[in-house]
Amino acid sequence: MSAVVTGIGVVAPNGLGTAEFWRRTLDGESGIGPITRFDASRYPVRLAGEVPGFTAADHVPGRLVPQTDRGTQLALAATDWALEDADAHPGDFGDFDMGVATAASAGGFEFGQRELQNLWRLGPRHVSAYQSFAWFYAVNAGQISIRHGMRGPIGINVSEQAGGLDAVAQARRLVRKRTALVVTGAVDASLCPWGLVAQIPGGRLSTSGDPGAAYLPFAAGARGHLPGEGGAILIVEDADHARRRGAPHLYGEIAGYRATFDPAPRTGRPSRLASAVRGALDDAGMAAGDIDVVFADGAGVPELDRAEAEALAEVFGRCGVPVTAPKSMTGRLNAGGAALDLAAALLSIRDGVIPPTAGVVQPDESYGLDLVTRTRRATVGAALVLARGYGGFNAAMVVRRCPQAAPRPARAAAITQGEGT
Amino acid sequence: MPSRSSPGAPMNRRVVITGIGVVAPGDPGVKAFWERVTSGSSATRPISFFDPAPYRSRIAAECDFDPVREGLSAQEVRRLDRAAQFAVVCAREALADAGLDPDDLPSERTGVSLGSAVGCTTKLEWEYAVVSDAGRLWEVDHTYAVPHLYDYFTPGSLAAEVAWVAGAEGPVTVVSAGCTSGLDAVGHGCELIGEGSADVVIAGGTDAPISPITVACFDAILATSNHNDDPEHAMRPFDRTRNGFVLAEGAAVLVLEELGHARRRGARAIAEITGFANRSNAYHMTGLRTDGREMAEAIRAALAEARLAPEAVGYVNAHGTGTKQNDRHETAAFKAALGPHAYDVPISSIKSMIGHSLGAIGSIEIAACALAIEHGVVPPTANLHEPDPELDLDYVPLTAREKRLDAVLTVGSGFGGFQSAMVLQRPGAVA
Amino acid sequence: MSEFTIDDLKRILRACAGEDDSAGLEGDILDSGFEDLGYDSLALLETASRIEHEVGVAVLDEEIGEITTPRRLLDLVNNRLVEKV
Repeated sequence: MSAVVTGIGVVAPNGLGTAEFWRRTLDGESGIGPITRFDASRYPVRLAGEVPGFTAADHVPGRLVPQTDRGTQLALAATDWALEDADAHPGDFGDFDMGVATAASAGGFEFGQRELQNLWRLGPRHVSAYQSFAWFYAVNAGQISIRHGMRGPIGINVSEQAGGLDAVAQARRLVRKRTALVVTGAVDASLCPWGLVAQIPGGRLSTSGDPGAAYLPFAAGARGHLPGEGGAILIVEDADHARRRGAPHLYGEIAGYRATFDPAPRTGRPSRLASAVRGALDDAGMAAGDIDVVFADGAGVPELDRAEAEALAEVFGRCGVPVTAPKSMTGRLNAGGAALDLAAALLSIRDGVIPPTAGVVQPDESYGLDLVTRTRRATVGAALVLARGYGGFNAAMVVRRCPQAAPRPARAAAITQGEGT
Repeated sequence: MPSRSSPGAPMNRRVVITGIGVVAPGDPGVKAFWERVTSGSSATRPISFFDPAPYRSRIAAECDFDPVREGLSAQEVRRLDRAAQFAVVCAREALADAGLDPDDLPSERTGVSLGSAVGCTTKLEWEYAVVSDAGRLWEVDHTYAVPHLYDYFTPGSLAAEVAWVAGAEGPVTVVSAGCTSGLDAVGHGCELIGEGSADVVIAGGTDAPISPITVACFDAILATSNHNDDPEHAMRPFDRTRNGFVLAEGAAVLVLEELGHARRRGARAIAEITGFANRSNAYHMTGLRTDGREMAEAIRAALAEARLAPEAVGYVNAHGTGTKQNDRHETAAFKAALGPHAYDVPISSIKSMIGHSLGAIGSIEIAACALAIEHGVVPPTANLHEPDPELDLDYVPLTAREKRLDAVLTVGSGFGGFQSAMVLQRPGAVA
Repeated sequence: MSEFTIDDLKRILRACAGEDDSAGLEGDILDSGFEDLGYDSLALLETASRIEHEVGVAVLDEEIGEITTPRRLLDLVNNRLVEKV
C-alpha cells in the first residue's frame, strides 16, 4: 500500500496558486519585500515574504471571514485548490474516509494579538467569542474538516518547520490505516507586530534591508533568514484508490520518512540530522545514489547551514547531489515552509527541473555542496526534503515518481527564462 | 543499519505503560493525584494567579506547584513556561516510576509525543502585556522582548524540554488538537511504537492556561461555570444543575514501551494500550450534535483495534465537562457505541474533581485509567447530587467503587469537533 | 442612542458574524430565525457583545437562547433602552 500525493494547493509569497508559484519559482522571482501589513519601521527586521493580493472574501465564505485568522483563510483557500487539483469531491467519499493531518507553528497569531489588545486595553468583555478557537494550533484542521465534511481521523503536529513534513508522514499513516483521502500539509501566517517581535530575540532573523540579499542559504555572506507566510496543502491518497477513481495527477509517492531530535545544546553533541536522512532512505528502501535532488532546510544561519551541509556530505559525499533551497524566495514559513518545499519537490519530479536557490551568487565553498543557484534541467525520479524545526527537530522525507505515472515533458519556456536570470 | 521500522504501518507491536508522572490540581505527584480523584472532593477555588474580579467565571482548579521544591533549577524556573515546568517534572517522575535512567535509554529509539492545547499561552500573554505596554501599542516594542520569547511563540519547545530530560533523539513532536491533545498525543506515541519508529515514547499532555486571555475567551462563549460563590461544587458533570466546566491546569506524562522492551528489562507494566482512534464531527468549531455519532465511531474504531466487544469494557472515563451539550452528546455516543452495555458500565468524570485542563486532561485521564486498573477502583463523579433525567446512565455519583477492571475506555471531545477514544487493558488480560 | 433599529442590527451582524452568500440579510428578516439566516449561538454571543459595547445594553447569558429572531433581539434591546432613560 503506497501513499501518493494527488493534489497540491499553494499559497506562497511568490505566488497565489500552484501555477503562479511554480512559474515564478523557476524564474527565480522572489516574493520577499518590505513588510506592508503593519508599520515595521521601528524594528530591526523590516523585510518578509508576504502573500500578495489575497482577499479573504474572494476565497472564503463570508460567514467564516470574521471568525478566522489570515492563516486559516489562506489554508482554506489552499485546501479548495488542492481538492480541485486532485479532482476529489468530498461528496463522493464516505465522511469517515476523509481525514485531516496538518501542522501549525503559531496558530492564528494576528487574530490573537487583536484579542489580547482588546482584553488588556478594554477589558475581558471585549474579547471575541471566536478567540477560543480562532487562534489555537488546531484551528486550520478543524475549519478544513468542517468546510468539507471530513469526519475521519485528524492529526495536528507542532514541531516548527519540521511539522510540515511530520504532518505529511501522519497523513501517510492514516492512509495506511485505510483512510481513503487525507488533507495534509501546513499553512502558517503570523506577520503581525507581535508575531514578528516574538521571533526577533532568537537572533536568527536577518536585519539586512536588501530584499535580494537578506536571506541567502549556504551563501558565503549568509546572515540569517526572513519570516514569511503561507505554505501548501496536499491531498494524499492510497495509490490504488487514486488510480481507481481516476485521479488526474499522481505527483509522487511519500516513499520514506524519519524524524529525529538533536541533543540538548549544553551536551555539545552533534545534530542527528544525518540520521534522519539515513532513516528516510532506509524507509524508502533507497540508497543515497537514488536521490536526484535535495530540498534543504537552508536556515541561512552560518552554523546551521554548516551542520546541514555536513549531514549531507556524510550521506551523499562532497557535492554528491544537487541541493536547492527555493525558500530564499519566500522566507521561512515555519511548518508551511516544509510543506511548500514538498510541493516544489513533487513539481520538480513532474517537470524534470530543479528550482534555484535564487539570490545566492556565491555559495560558501567550504560547505562542499552542489548548490543549484540557477534553474537546472534534470531527470528527477526521487527527491529528499529536509526540515529542521527550532529547538532540535529534524525531519527528512523522500518522495519519488509513481511507477505508472507517465512523465510529463519539462516546460521549456519557463526553464529558458529561468536560466536567463 | 538495517531498517527496523516501517513508519505508517498499522499498529502491530504492543504498547505498555511502565511509568506515570502527574501534576494535577492540589499537590503534585501521582500519589496525591490518585487520592484526589478517588476522594470525591474538588480542588477548585477562586483564581489566585491574577485578580479575577472583572471576569464572568472567577474560579479554577489550580496546582499547588512550587517549581523549586519540585527540583527545577533557577534557570529552568525563569526560562520555562508553567506548562513546560509541569511537563519536565512529570517526565522525571514517570521515568523514575518506570525505573529508567535516561542514560540507559536507547536515544534514537526513544521519542516524545506531548499534547498541549494552548502551549505556552501564559508566558506569551504576560510578555505581550509588557511589550504592548498593557495593550496600548499595536506595534509592540521589541526592545522589551525576553530572550526565550520564540520558545513561547511555538510550543514545540514543550516537547523539546521533555526530550532533553529523557535524552530522546528519535521522533519528537507536540500534538495540538485542542482539548483532545492529551489523548491524541498518547495515541500518537502508541503509533510510533506500534509501527516500529520507536521502542520507548515519553508521551502525555500539559497545559497551564489559567491566564486572563484564556479565562476571557471561555467567558465569551459561556463555556465555564460561574458558580463563583461555591467553587468546590461548581463543576457538576451529568447533574441537572450543571452550567459549564471549571478551567484547570496540570500535566501527565507516561512512559510507553514496546512490550518486549519492557519485558526484557523486567519492567512493571501498569496497563497495556490496545486501541486508539479519533474522528472529527465536521459540524462546528465549538458545537456538538446531540447524536454523538462521531464519538461513537471513534469508540467503535478503538474497540475494534483492541479486538474487544463493548461488553468487555469495565469502566468508562468520560469527557464529562459538565456543559449542557457535552454531557448529552457523550451519553448518546456511549449508547450508540456500547449498546445495552452502556447502561451497565460505570461511567465517571474525574474533571468534577480536577477541572478541565484542556490539552493535558486527556493524558491525566489515561493515567487515572491505568491507576484504576492497577488499584481496582473506579473514581467517582463528584458533585452529582441531582441526576439529570435526560442522562440515564450510571455515572458513579460521589463515591469511588472497588471493582476489578480488565478493560477500560477513555474518551475526549474538543473544539474543532475532535472526538477521541482509547482502550486500556490489564497487562496479561490481553488475548 | 434612542432606538436600536434593524439596520443597526444588520450592520453589526455583518461586521462581527459575516454574511452568508446564500442567505443574505437583504429584505425583511425581522421574523426570520437566526438559524435560518445562518447565525449560530456563537454569532449571537458575538453580536450581543458588540451591541453591549455600542448601545450600552447588556443581553443576559440566560436570554441568549431565547433570542431566536431579529425582532426579539430588537425588542429586548429597545425595552432595555427605554428602561435606562
